Amino acid sequence: MYNPQLTDDGKLKHLLSIEGLPKSIITQILDTAESFVGVAEREVKKVPLLRGKTVCNIFFENSTRTRTTFEIAAKRLSADVINLNVSTSSQSKGETILDTVDNLTAMHADMFVIRHSQSGAAHFIARHVKPHIHVINAGDGRHAHPTQALLDVFTIRRYKPEMHNLRVALVGDVLHSRVARSEIHALTTLGVPEVRVIAPKTLLPEHVEKLGVHVYHDMAAGLKDVDVVMMLRLQNERMTGALLPSAQEYFKTFGLTQEKLALAKPDAIVTHPGPMNRGIEIDSSVADGRQSVILPQVTYGIAVRMAVMSILAGNN
Amino acid sequence: MTQPTIDLPDAEQLLSRLAEQLKPVINGETALVGIHSGGVWMTERLLPMLGKDIAHGKLDVSFYRDDFGQRGLHQDTLPSQIPFDVEGRHIILIDDVFYTGRTIRAAMNELFDYGRPASISLAVLVNRGGRELPITPQFCAHNMQLPADRNLQLMQDKAGRFYLTLEESQDV
Amino acid sequence: MKIHIKNGRLIDPKNGVDAKQDLFIAAGKVVGIGQAPADFTANQVIDATGLVVCPGLVDLSARLREPGYEYKATLESEMLAAAAGGVTSLACPPDTDPVLDEPGLVEMLKHRARQLNLAHVYPLGALTRQLQGVNLTEMCELTEAGCVGFSQADKPITDTLVLWRAMQYAATFGFTVWLHPQDTYLAANGVAHDGEIAARLGLRPIPAAAETIALATILRLARETGARLHVCRLSTAESIDMVAVAKAEGLPVTCDIAANHLHLTEYDIGFFDANCHLQPPLRSQRDKDALRQGLANGTIDAVCSDHTPVDEDAKLLPFGEAEAGATGLELLLPLTLKWAQEQSLPLSTAIACMTTRPAAILGLKSGHLGLQTSADVCIFDPEQYWKIEARALKSQGKNTPFTGMELAGKVRYTILDGDIVYKT
Repeated sequence: MYNPQLTDDGKLKHLLSIEGLPKSIITQILDTAESFVGVAEREVKKVPLLRGKTVCNIFFENSTRTRTTFEIAAKRLSADVINLNVSTSSQSKGETILDTVDNLTAMHADMFVIRHSQSGAAHFIARHVKPHIHVINAGDGRHAHPTQALLDVFTIRRYKPEMHNLRVALVGDVLHSRVARSEIHALTTLGVPEVRVIAPKTLLPEHVEKLGVHVYHDMAAGLKDVDVVMMLRLQNERMTGALLPSAQEYFKTFGLTQEKLALAKPDAIVTHPGPMNRGIEIDSSVADGRQSVILPQVTYGIAVRMAVMSILAGNN
Repeated sequence: MTQPTIDLPDAEQLLSRLAEQLKPVINGETALVGIHSGGVWMTERLLPMLGKDIAHGKLDVSFYRDDFGQRGLHQDTLPSQIPFDVEGRHIILIDDVFYTGRTIRAAMNELFDYGRPASISLAVLVNRGGRELPITPQFCAHNMQLPADRNLQLMQDKAGRFYLTLEESQDV
Repeated sequence: MKIHIKNGRLIDPKNGVDAKQDLFIAAGKVVGIGQAPADFTANQVIDATGLVVCPGLVDLSARLREPGYEYKATLESEMLAAAAGGVTSLACPPDTDPVLDEPGLVEMLKHRARQLNLAHVYPLGALTRQLQGVNLTEMCELTEAGCVGFSQADKPITDTLVLWRAMQYAATFGFTVWLHPQDTYLAANGVAHDGEIAARLGLRPIPAAAETIALATILRLARETGARLHVCRLSTAESIDMVAVAKAEGLPVTCDIAANHLHLTEYDIGFFDANCHLQPPLRSQRDKDALRQGLANGTIDAVCSDHTPVDEDAKLLPFGEAEAGATGLELLLPLTLKWAQEQSLPLSTAIACMTTRPAAILGLKSGHLGLQTSADVCIFDPEQYWKIEARALKSQGKNTPFTGMELAGKVRYTILDGDIVYKT
């Protein structure tokens, strides 16, 4: 089957979603990231791989946090970085996505990091860019956020290397979450035998079970004996639109507290893609507790993004 | 067309010879740094032969190679580990075969990102000729001239014994 | 102009004809079938050896984009597309700009179409002013101006009381109400069927219930008001069952589906192919099977092109932002033939779904080739494959999910009121 992310000989051309990536490529990214983790601890935190290359962060949807991690990753690879916040500039002047992309191509960009509020935007851009350009999806609508999922599984693999022996639970707003969709594919591709989702029915897509997950609506049952608890961010606007009655009730039923976490395995770890809503989806005592790996996730995020960029840049 | 057979030296003997060459220069400020993967094996074998508690580390120069633009990132990149302070050290880079000198250039660049060593020298089992940069090994157990279409590699058998192989390179 | 069409396979479902018979046309009418009338001397003889001769196709929904959207398509380009597709009669929905809610606009459209003389155009008037679902239009005036029914296009009436009254008023005069059932709230911002693909791709969903709940309301109101109802563009299996029940009850209800939905499912969206962004959305395999079955057994009365030319820029966007719709006039015939062939149905069944059956819904005398009827004829080669690509299409809309495919069924001649309006 045609796969827009791969070259004809099966190498990574763009990173658009985790779905459709062979296990070998995911493993290559994670292994390469291991090498980059050490780079940050050196006197000089840079390697010359992308010297002379230009990476454009094109953010049609604002996210300082994600943009910063991509920027640091690109700079540590010695690339030049251009940040473009399109939501505030050209789109309001009627410039189309492709106009923006063409303009940056004319400025000899080599790699686009795309964030957009529409599912499929990164695929769309990848289909229309010049052949030498690589596209990284930094989040498109509800569809995918592949680098976040990769850093999540990288973190999990560091703490729990036996991936084919894990029970993992995703908790929260799966419906609106591109992170959840990418995490599910990353976990199942790496051979995690049991992936659970725990959420009220209003926060789950129809047919979510077709993604290969077990569905729970109850934290007590869903968290029982899991090795990894992956929390999802709950946007404040979910309190409107009849999805949830209140933040308080959500915290009571689906918020992660020490008591609920105690149902998981004693050595279970807790991840969160950030930014956290303390007291809504996660209790501070869990977020800052001994089982939390939320800060290491941030550190590893840079190494994983460096790995993705350097593998892509080398596949011409 | 039959190629003239080339006699390859015994790698185990070369290793002992190299250890003899290195012994006199080892002191408290010395650090051995093996280059993946042959140089790392050699370092592991050299450490007991040199008989002292020597600082040591390993480098994978994938992130510093000058052919990244042509070949992309190496498939099996391994982490570099330099668990000692590079500042002021006398570092001996260890590699199996010296050829163009490009790997050594990359290794030196990487080393300098860890700090400023007092000196860097290079020890190899075989110098096969063909250097393309003003770099040459200071310690070398064997010299030979090989045509450019041959690829000389250090291997390890199941018992851990070293031997050399010569193959036609695939990418000339 | 006297035309003799010889050696063709004449298929006229309404009159039960499927045989090698010649057709004779004079003064815009059919004057002889099989046998020339006395003193007939043809000005033109069309050799239809190996071709099928059938009534001109009747398309229940073709957007011509005039007035208001000339950058997407013009009457000239789309009427030419109709002729190239063998379509001689078409109904056009009122969602133009301005909306077809005033007699003057309808007269203008009819007048422009008559001048071009490439197909008979039957406008559907707006059921409510500006399609806003608040005030009724002047349905009697609009009918006098040439409207054949009243529609909300893709803009449902959310206020059930307004819908009730609109149907009551239409029923007063025996006008047909054309409604596409879709619950505004359940379908809000949706772009794809609420199935596995929407879940995977993170596309905003339109559940099947958005259609069935609206349909239940509409059918119930049809029963209460006695309005003649035509349900447009059904997409789910349950909807077909509901229409079957209503018909069995004796309600005056008919329905149609779009030809795209006979062949495509949510899976054809693939990696966000905006050509598959359609309204209603492409649904599941089970739904597609039910539509194919329903058309075969007659629960579904007709198949239409749902011709919606979209300009290139409006499709060159991420899936959810891209405009819904596909070009269709030139694909109606090949797509319907493909369905019939795959279902092992006779050609005459396929042709009936595009001629007799939709003509009955529009209340037209045409749609068949009996003696003294208007000579609207389509002559096509059922074996000729042609590649669907931009340059092969006359329509200004070039987007279709079938781009790149080869389909069988190429129109060779289209005759409108005895005049050859298209030949290739």
